[in-house]
Amino acid sequence: MPTLKIPTPLRPYANGESSMVLPGEIVEDLLQAAVEVHPMLKKHLFNEDGQLRPYVNLFLDENNINQLEGLKTPLSDGDTVLLIPSIAGG
Amino acid sequence: MNIHIPATILDQIQAHGEKTYPYEGAGLILGQDEGSIRRVSSLIFLENAREEGSQHNRYLITPEDMLQGEKEAARLNSSILGIFHSHPDHPNLPSEYDREFALPWYSYLITSINKGKRAGSRCWRLAEDRESFSEETIQIIHDPEG
Repeated sequence: MPTLKIPTPLRPYANGESSMVLPGEIVEDLLQAAVEVHPMLKKHLFNEDGQLRPYVNLFLDENNINQLEGLKTPLSDGDTVLLIPSIAGG
Repeated sequence: MNIHIPATILDQIQAHGEKTYPYEGAGLILGQDEGSIRRVSSLIFLENAREEGSQHNRYLITPEDMLQGEKEAARLNSSILGIFHSHPDHPNLPSEYDREFALPWYSYLITSINKGKRAGSRCWRLAEDRESFSEETIQIIHDPEG
């Protein structure tokens, strides 16, 4: 199964875990599995419309999934997906 | 909530805001989280990745820069405690835009830069319900040897 790496700011909502091994054939499945295990993650990952929050970025190893197949990017056993925030404000 | 910042590091943050004026400057704050106290040990200065026409009131740190920041923090045996950024000719209070894009846990240190000159820094953390910020007390640490 693939692994989802959790950034420090979201670990309090994942029971302190820095990584989670979850089922998922595509990235989207992996995220859904994560929020099923830790529902408190959901509001920090998704907005009220169920869309990923704009600061949520996902990397398959060191490739931004936006440059792959987005949330439909296929995953294999042993893959590591990193949840990396972009930081914005002003 | 307290964040301990060496005077020299706070000076670097404020100087960076003056240097990037009239645009917003930003970067990462590194150090150790000890629960009720955060101790700042270093900074990573980053490019504001927003388009130039928006940089006077918006900043963006790309995920690629964050990924490199995480690696640097690990190399230094530190954590990314938060983000510093400046508000040109605006108060050092989080804006609605700041709130919309903020992440929990991080310390957000905002410096007001008025007409190119530093006008004070305050630090904030997003509330659990994402509806507001709580202020974090900045404790300035002076080097006893100078």
